[in-house]
Amino acid sequence: MEPGEIHALLGENGAGKSTLMNVLYGLYQPDEGEILVDGKPLKLKGPSDAIGAGIGMVHQHFMLVPVFTVTENIMLGAEQIRGGIAGFLDRRRARREVTEVSERYNLRVDPDAVIEDLPVGIQQRVEIVKALTRDVDLLILDEPTAVLTPQETEELLTVMRSLKAAGKSIVFITHKLGEVKAIADRITVIRRGKTVGTASPEASRDELAALMVGRNVRLTVDKTPATPGEPVLEVAGLVVDDDRQIRAVDGVDLTVRAGEVLGVAGVQGNGQTELIEAIMGLRPALAGTISLAGDRINGWKPKKVLRAGVGYVPEDRSVDGLIKEFSVAENLVLDIYDRPPFGAGLALKPDAIAASAKERIEQFDVRTSSADAAVGTLSGGNQQKVIVARELSRPLKLFIAAQPTRGVDVGSIEFIHSQVIRERDIGTAVLVVSSELDEVIGLADRIAVMYRGRIIGIVGPDTPREEIGLLMAGISPDAAHDTIAAPAADKPGATTAADSPGVADGSPASDAGSASEDEA
Amino acid sequence: MSTMAVPDIAVAPVDEGFWTRSRKVGLTLLALGLLSAVLFGALATDQQARFTLSDDAAGAALEINGTIGAILFGIITIAAGAALLAGVPKRWFLPVLGVGLVAFVLSFLCWQVSAAPTGQNFMPLVNVIRGTFILALPLIFGALAGVLCERSGVVNVAIEGQLLMGAFSGALFGSISGSVWVGLVAAAIGGAFISLLLAVFAIRYLVDQVVMGIVLNLLAVGVTGFLYERLMQTDAAKYNSAPRFSNWEIPLLKDIPVLGPALFRGNIFLYLGLLLVLVIHIGLFRTRWGLRTRSVGEHPIAADTLGVKVLRVRYRNVLLAGVVAGIGGASYTLALYSFTKNMIGGKGFIALAALIFGRWNPTGALLAALFFGFADQLATYLGAINSVIPSQFLAMLPYLATILAVAGLVGRVRAPAADGKPYIKG
Repeated sequence: MEPGEIHALLGENGAGKSTLMNVLYGLYQPDEGEILVDGKPLKLKGPSDAIGAGIGMVHQHFMLVPVFTVTENIMLGAEQIRGGIAGFLDRRRARREVTEVSERYNLRVDPDAVIEDLPVGIQQRVEIVKALTRDVDLLILDEPTAVLTPQETEELLTVMRSLKAAGKSIVFITHKLGEVKAIADRITVIRRGKTVGTASPEASRDELAALMVGRNVRLTVDKTPATPGEPVLEVAGLVVDDDRQIRAVDGVDLTVRAGEVLGVAGVQGNGQTELIEAIMGLRPALAGTISLAGDRINGWKPKKVLRAGVGYVPEDRSVDGLIKEFSVAENLVLDIYDRPPFGAGLALKPDAIAASAKERIEQFDVRTSSADAAVGTLSGGNQQKVIVARELSRPLKLFIAAQPTRGVDVGSIEFIHSQVIRERDIGTAVLVVSSELDEVIGLADRIAVMYRGRIIGIVGPDTPREEIGLLMAGISPDAAHDTIAAPAADKPGATTAADSPGVADGSPASDAGSASEDEA
Repeated sequence: MSTMAVPDIAVAPVDEGFWTRSRKVGLTLLALGLLSAVLFGALATDQQARFTLSDDAAGAALEINGTIGAILFGIITIAAGAALLAGVPKRWFLPVLGVGLVAFVLSFLCWQVSAAPTGQNFMPLVNVIRGTFILALPLIFGALAGVLCERSGVVNVAIEGQLLMGAFSGALFGSISGSVWVGLVAAAIGGAFISLLLAVFAIRYLVDQVVMGIVLNLLAVGVTGFLYERLMQTDAAKYNSAPRFSNWEIPLLKDIPVLGPALFRGNIFLYLGLLLVLVIHIGLFRTRWGLRTRSVGEHPIAADTLGVKVLRVRYRNVLLAGVVAGIGGASYTLALYSFTKNMIGGKGFIALAALIFGRWNPTGALLAALFFGFADQLATYLGAINSVIPSQFLAMLPYLATILAVAGLVGRVRAPAADGKPYIKG
């Protein structure tokens, strides 16, 4: 890093950007390697060491106490005090400093406002002021635009320019090409924990996208060409909000036919999760229709959707897919425990459950010590196989698999993929959502790319990955909606491609990533 | 840390429509006022209801005809309710509510006092106020212990145990040494000992804090009960006859009518309790210690990223809570009674209720504790005048009030956001 430089760190979710920066900020300890500041190696035991070394960080999820005022949040940890040992807070001095810093960098904030009353963009401003009052020379912004509206993003970019003019260095972490090109002086691309290249902002979008997505040999899945039949799932004009009431799915049209696999590709957080949850009845659809084999299923309870012949592999198996403390056998009948032959009246039929479990475990090659072992004791791959076995044991019209092989070992990936194709071949409509492009390309007969809540393009599986990568970065073939300002202009209130909170770019994705790489 | 959700942002205040909280409360108050004016008015007798400004029937008194008083105060309650219903500025809400509730209580008292057997138509105010504070005192200490602990994010269900251990240690070491001061220090250490166990298991070993608190209460009952039977009962003269703090009269203040004799001729614990409320309130909201404590109780990760030592703050506060509660326990054994088995008898849990009712705020906790103390004292008084109201009904009042408070009827009750959540770094 040079003084007064904006250095963009570009990479897909789970590429390791945030981890790297948390190490820089002293939150995580490095296993190997060292950090050099002004040529001297730096040992960071905690965030206070980092602050002392002039490093400040604005986290993706803000580190602000919601019930505190702006001033209280900014002074915390570096309080101005008077009155000696009693340590009375000198609020007046603190407030003056906040006002001074915010005016100097043109970051207006009300020092007495309570954080929880402020919009996200202003909260972020408070975070930046917080770092600046600590006299940092290097400011790390971790996905700062993920939670911002396009207008707020523009403002942030202006702020970054003025900080740069004031001689501060900025590390700007993002996966959005437009922003990078608009602001960065230098770009480092990270993929799967490694630096894969550096580029100047003059580099074309194609080059950047190619670096970001990578040119891996594609995952091969043995399959014959699909023989699509009648449409099974039809989605039209679907609009869904995320947990923060921000638009996540913004007018999606989709059709999945019997006997075909439709793959949904896209950088995580572009509305895929909300799309699937809306189809499953887990999240209300604000507009549009969802129909299953001709029946309108909007507003159906998840149980009714499941009973109508939909199989569902949720993206986070530990939260939504399994009850970890329950046995493998119990987890295998979670969907139909109350139906014959597994349940009668108030009672369960343990014998039938055990017999069926034995059969499933063999059929789906679940490696477990016994059917009575708690499912949480199994490896990720085997847990996933339990879910797949459960969902594929019912006659299905539609099979939805979200991130079906995240955090799963290579052998299980292969097995799960073959099961997905087998289900397709018996005439089920299959919808696969994955942030692993290789997986989508390998499985799908058609690929829909989601970007900012919309299907930005539907392409065949033989499309070059670079082209799909461009689509994932929001660059449609006609390259029209290219700049970050454009979506704001044509769609006021449209959201940015926000990572949904709670979905972290954590290790499972990268595990899956390295696994598929190995296989390839 | 990546699982931390972005806190929900209320951009626009929620539009509640016509039935705002203030109006709902007003309606309730109106109904209470009608009840008191009609029912209490009808039940009251024409005797004078005397509120004497002394310990007994003698001396000056405030007097009012029972029926007239009950109806008059009922009408005041109605007026307060009507005002809230009509809509008052936000800052008037609490004062108006207070006036309405006090008038309701007075209406009730007019009925009760006037309907008492002849010769007992009086209520000695000094006695009632003093009794209220004495009964509230362990609650004040207990609730302050709760504030210290929970503001830093550790749930303190062990208040009962801390009070009991304080009472026991105070009695034991006070007796052995023959010094009240040694007893006081021992009580503080006794309370801190229970706190230390809570801190180590909750902070270091991440044991569920509520479960741990309950276990510690049982432990305190067991240990003190055992030692009581083995030591104190066999040789009470040696082990259970602690010296007691005498009452200290505070010059000038003791001469204030009613309040002087009620409050300023008390013992050290009363003064200490009130002083601690003030100190902790100022400390919590005006000092660096308070800011860090609250930040750790609300958003420990944020505090950590700013170099605040989350676990250290929590340890310190939990231990301080034990010291405060331990002293509160000594307010029994070093001032009022000798130690008996399980002598706290659930006051620690009422203190927990006062903490919640007082919204995790030292001053609020004080007011809640006084309210509970008053209800307790009133039950005693009504029993003495053979009231038709069963005293058990009044004894129930604190719990009923707490349930209403927790249900949000007295305003938004919000615990510190990280209360009860262990902090795991990384």
